[in-house]
Amino acid sequence: MIDVMYFAWVRERIGEPRERVETSAATVAELVDELRAREPRYAAAFEDLSALRVALDQELSDFDASLEGVREVAFFPPMTGG
Amino acid sequence: MTVRVQTESFDQGAELTGFAQGRSDLGAVVSFTGIVRDEAGTLDRMEIEHYPGMTEKAISSIVDEATRRWSLADCLVIHRHGRLRPGDQIMMVATASAHRVAAFEAAEFLMDYLKSRAPFWKKEFTKDGSTDWVDAKVNDEDALKRWKE
Repeated sequence: MIDVMYFAWVRERIGEPRERVETSAATVAELVDELRAREPRYAAAFEDLSALRVALDQELSDFDASLEGVREVAFFPPMTGG
Repeated sequence: MTVRVQTESFDQGAELTGFAQGRSDLGAVVSFTGIVRDEAGTLDRMEIEHYPGMTEKAISSIVDEATRRWSLADCLVIHRHGRLRPGDQIMMVATASAHRVAAFEAAEFLMDYLKSRAPFWKKEFTKDGSTDWVDAKVNDEDALKRWKE
């Protein structure tokens, strides 16, 4: 089980801020493929990965990264702080 | 070094008065305050979402990097989230150093990294009821390149 969090328009498209996901995905990209296959709202949120960023256990990472030992995955658009 | 992530407003005058106070080894304090801008006069409010936990870590690691690069006596970052109106202060950065160049450069570095590497997202609500997530700008990402040797 892994905690998956969504922020900004990703959260709005999926309709919830976080969920527990049962997955055997080895990488972020595999997890994304699993989520996309679930329902159209996930497919819509993950339509264009170049518009998304991912954090693993609260550290910015990338879609090729391994999920081994990871407890929290977050998906969000590019950040707009400052 | 102080990092604060909060919904409340802050008093930038009071913050600066208290900043690096009582130290005689400083020659320079630089500060920057970001304000909600509404050039077109159409903005009702902005709502800033963030990632609790990651936000504090990300800002602290940006501050750590700044203190590795420049000799800073002190550093302050305050960033707000939640609902903000045009004219409200969003955030402030202050740096203190023996010489002004380090204080100015470190403040710019902090601002450039906070824009693209601190997990905040801004949503604008206009007076006519439409909403829009603020897109990251290509310029913001480009601004980081100058800090990479």
